[in-house]
Amino acid sequence: MTSVAAGTTRNLSISPADEERSTAAQRLIPISIMGKAYQVPAEATIMGAIEYAGHQIVRGAGCREGYCGACATLYRLPGDYKIYTGLACMTMVEEGMTLAQIPYVPAEKAIYDIEELKPNISAIQQMYPSVFRCVACNTCTKSCPQGLQVMDYVQAAKRGDIAAVMDLSFDCVVCGLCMLRCPAEITQPLMGIMAKRLYGRYLRKDSPELAERVKAVESGAYDAEYAKLMPMGREALSELYYARDSE
Amino acid sequence: MYPDYMAESLRKVAQTRPARLELARKPDPVYPPMSAEERRAVLEGFHPDFEASARRAVRIGPNRGESLTTEVADMLESHSWLRSEQVNLDKPDFETDLLIIGGGGAGCNAALVAMKEHGMRSIIATKLRMGDANTMMSQGGMQAAVSRTDSPTRHYLDAIGGGHFENKPELVRALTEDGPGVVKWLEDLGVVWDKEKDGSMKVMHGGGTSRKRMLSCRDYTGAMIMRTLMDEVRNHPDMIDVKEFMPAVELIMDDKGRCAGAVLYSLDSEEFFTVKAKSTIIATGGYGRLHIRGYDTTNHYGATGDGLVMAYRAGAKLMYMDSVQYHPTGVSFPEQIAGFLVTEAIRGAGGQPLNKDGELFVFPREPRDIEASAIIRECVQNGNGIPTPSGRVGVWLDSPLIDMLHGEGYTEKHFPAMYRQFIRYGIDITKLPMLIYPSLHYQNGGIEINERCETDLPGLYVAGEASGGLHGRNRLMGNSVLDYNVFGRRAGRYAGEYAKKVKLGKLSLAHLDAYEKELKDAGVKTDLVTPVLLPSYAPEDVKKRQLLRGDNTLPGSAVLQNRLHDERHCA
Repeated sequence: MTSVAAGTTRNLSISPADEERSTAAQRLIPISIMGKAYQVPAEATIMGAIEYAGHQIVRGAGCREGYCGACATLYRLPGDYKIYTGLACMTMVEEGMTLAQIPYVPAEKAIYDIEELKPNISAIQQMYPSVFRCVACNTCTKSCPQGLQVMDYVQAAKRGDIAAVMDLSFDCVVCGLCMLRCPAEITQPLMGIMAKRLYGRYLRKDSPELAERVKAVESGAYDAEYAKLMPMGREALSELYYARDSE
Repeated sequence: MYPDYMAESLRKVAQTRPARLELARKPDPVYPPMSAEERRAVLEGFHPDFEASARRAVRIGPNRGESLTTEVADMLESHSWLRSEQVNLDKPDFETDLLIIGGGGAGCNAALVAMKEHGMRSIIATKLRMGDANTMMSQGGMQAAVSRTDSPTRHYLDAIGGGHFENKPELVRALTEDGPGVVKWLEDLGVVWDKEKDGSMKVMHGGGTSRKRMLSCRDYTGAMIMRTLMDEVRNHPDMIDVKEFMPAVELIMDDKGRCAGAVLYSLDSEEFFTVKAKSTIIATGGYGRLHIRGYDTTNHYGATGDGLVMAYRAGAKLMYMDSVQYHPTGVSFPEQIAGFLVTEAIRGAGGQPLNKDGELFVFPREPRDIEASAIIRECVQNGNGIPTPSGRVGVWLDSPLIDMLHGEGYTEKHFPAMYRQFIRYGIDITKLPMLIYPSLHYQNGGIEINERCETDLPGLYVAGEASGGLHGRNRLMGNSVLDYNVFGRRAGRYAGEYAKKVKLGKLSLAHLDAYEKELKDAGVKTDLVTPVLLPSYAPEDVKKRQLLRGDNTLPGSAVLQNRLHDERHCA
């Protein structure tokens, strides 16, 4: 066995069960899950490895495809002082890795009425003033498993540039790793959500045909057509359907 | 990276690409769409629903005798977590106007509308976190007839044709007619839609659409909608009480046969809590994590069909529960993301499915069941699939065409999630195609509702994927995002209206005793206890050691194991 991950409570000996499992066409490697040693498939994601070890995840799995941010994970690698971050569903295990899932990141969401906010720096000042504590250390950006320029959107928020915050935080999955690592204790993802809502509510360019269509529906413009379509049987509908033109 | 043995096939894809690009630039379809007869033949020959063991008759309950998806029939023929005599209903732990079971898109919409239109208070009880739902994962978009060339009635025709003319007309009307209003409702809450320079909505095609009608928020459409709705729900803590890690395990009825709340189970403390509610909304989503026919799934971790079995035990009828949606394009390779969704918008933007020789074999935008069946046919019957190292099979989805059609950078800008998903494994989808195969995606049927989201049971409403009737036996892309918004809102409206008037009688769980008796009378023998709540992905040898715990029908971690397919299942 090469290196023993820090925090393991027993050495990484292979049990008969492990031996039996490794006879299947897969290579097993040692990792440490919350300080306990396991042999897991070398090609597994962290989430797959935790489940392979027999854990029933309750907190720490959601969409399992990289959209929901439920599976934030911290880990270290042997002989490396660094703390790494990742989503358990998206990150591959590495030999000797020692890891813990972060089930929840404490943070206070601001309570607000979107109708009473303005899409500028005043909203940031009122609702997420901690943003102005940013020391530009870039730890948030380095910890983002989505590869977002988190510090850049924090800086944009400080300037009141809501559109830039929207654009740069668009793909945020709210895993919370940036706010966990932030030395200024900023809650970046929550501020990002507010900024996106402010953009959508106030800074969007309105669609004229959408407004017209909503009005047309309200005025009953399609009632007659629906009345004709709804009682139609399969045959009549089928004829219409297969004859329809396509854009 | 793709294994070396795929290089020859990849070379053929690159070789046929220039000619296929030319085809894609022309207005005509790149491959002839199927006629009604061809559609029927490919479905009956190759859709997993048509395999001999895919369906069986359910022996008990409101749909007794009807042929249902086998795994669903298994789930319905199961024991409750609860025995009625052990639950004290005299003093409910919580009381509320609306109990909303499920914290996804439908549930959040319902709570907001019941509050805004009727001043009603809600409890949202959800199994995992609020937003841990298929809503969060929808990538490609939402259909709504907003462009000038389109109309709600044309959307109606597309949806009902996609559903093989079996959809309930009043539901399809509600869906298509409310669509534009939903776009505006979400926009006013702060959803950032993709737009053209002049502010008009960016619209794309999806499978089975005759007009460009797919609205999007890059390929994080569902995440954008879900996070906006959740944020707004959390802005009203005095009106909407969110209880996370608190799934419902049974509905509570009153002595007049009306739904009157539910029993919740805390995953943290393993306690049960009773909730008395004037009206109850099931918004529990679908069942992908039952892994029907052993398929990989695109669904979130908690999609175990809990609402179906709770409603069924209480006496609500199900509709079209013999029909499963397999998304045509789930990932087949890399292994680590097998089954993950590749958004249909990739085909909407010009991506083409190809066999191992780099040839088109199907129109890329057939309705989902047709497209999926054609892919299965190409692999299983024609032997033109590409095998993966782990024993799966797939066909190519040629994504590099997209940048060639729309300009360099388009894929990274509009499909950042897809790009990210594959580049982690060294596959740049702007240069190489993706390897895909159908993946278990959606519960086409569900608890039957009308356009007011009402069920057979007074006081019980259903919205979103848990409901049945809207999509017939096949849903089109983008109609489920619209579904949970339209019917989530309607459920909040009508359940809120009902809650203002109803005077509940004495609470009861007698339906559980009656159901247990029905199981016995029908001679059903099973050790399955449902709702399933969470699947287990422990290896078989670990499961065996876990089962040493004994024949335990009480709650506890043993019940969290999905026992549908283990050797103790003695049906």
